[in-house]
Amino acid sequence: MAPVKVFGPAMSTNVARVLVCLEEVGAEYEVVNIDFQAMEHKSPEHLARNPFGQIPAFQDGDIVLFESRAIAKYVLRKYSKSAGVDLLREGDLKEAAMVDVWTEVEAHTYNPALSPVVYECLIYPAMRGVPTNQKVVEESLEKLKKVLDVYEARLSKHDYLAGDFLSFADLNHFPYTHYFMGTPHASLFDAYPHVKAWWERLAARPSVKKISANMPLKF
Amino acid sequence: MAMKVYGPAASTNVARVLVCLEEVGLDYELVPVDMTKGELKSPAHVSRNPFESRAISKYILRKGGSQLLREGNLSEAAMVDVWLEVESGHFDSAMSPIIFQCFVVPIFMGGTTDMKVVEENLEKLNKSLEVYEARLSKFKYLAGDFVSLADISHFPMAHYLLAGPHASVIDAYPHVKAWIADIMSRPSVKKVTELMEAAIRMN
Repeated sequence: MAPVKVFGPAMSTNVARVLVCLEEVGAEYEVVNIDFQAMEHKSPEHLARNPFGQIPAFQDGDIVLFESRAIAKYVLRKYSKSAGVDLLREGDLKEAAMVDVWTEVEAHTYNPALSPVVYECLIYPAMRGVPTNQKVVEESLEKLKKVLDVYEARLSKHDYLAGDFLSFADLNHFPYTHYFMGTPHASLFDAYPHVKAWWERLAARPSVKKISANMPLKF
Repeated sequence: MAMKVYGPAASTNVARVLVCLEEVGLDYELVPVDMTKGELKSPAHVSRNPFESRAISKYILRKGGSQLLREGNLSEAAMVDVWLEVESGHFDSAMSPIIFQCFVVPIFMGGTTDMKVVEENLEKLNKSLEVYEARLSKFKYLAGDFVSLADISHFPMAHYLLAGPHASVIDAYPHVKAWIADIMSRPSVKKVTELMEAAIRMN
């Protein structure tokens, strides 16, 4: 069986989202870089994979997908049984719902509060040579604190977000949080001991360590 | 015991949940939450949160044994997921500020529409609709030649688009226009659209 292909730079957060799931299920895969400088993401070849010209895109034989969360779920569904993992819990109505809920929370609440700090402190200075917009950072940190209050309460009751089992919901938090820990504001998590402990458990996973190795904090 | 849905029917997120309940024919009770009275932030409400409408919708469809998720088929389920993500990232993200400016600001907040925000988001919406047009020229529905949650999930925002001053934006995209008309004609969608309109009239 040919390895599946993931299109996009390995250091990209949304590519990493897919890669960490491939690692968790032990699937064989190949990362095919997309050169943004050369506008490769807008080439006809890439637009045929992702009509919005974004990364990642994914190919498994005849199946071509885009949108990192959709790709990741496909991977988890395809390989979970043979790998003996169950990160989606689709066999259990209630557990699957909790995985979905916290996956949505990451997408719509956690990420919008946390990612501007990553963009302002790491990405824009490195990629666009612009200084950090402190106002955006301050506003985002205020929102993030309110979000982390909710996470702290949740993680005081359960080891992981969807319950007492690791799931896709937890893994979704890894890529952007990894980069957040490279900003000057990483110590924000110190005020949320259960969140911090949860993050450290995630960061210690072999899959997360392996993918993090391609996500340098200085670039 | 009937399921309870908390929130105003006029909310796009609530409407999304209601249409799924209608699709599978499960009994439900709509418990209104008065957004103007700050009920959303009250401890009683927060403790029922966080619940996200897409997660709830999927729970309902699975419980009711619906075919709208295609979870028995790996590639079909993946396409449903892809277009649900597209809806969230490329449709709702542009529609939400437009609806906020054209409906919520003047009607619920007594303010004036910020046309700059509307223009910027109409531009984004047009770019997305080009992709939708290409897709719907090849397939009857977004995930393939079968209707799914990915299509139906668009209806609340589509309803407000059609009811607002920028409905004509879809005229340039004939396949998109036909697809929206198809979705809006589903019995479940018609029923919930009526609930949404009634809720707005009450304000």
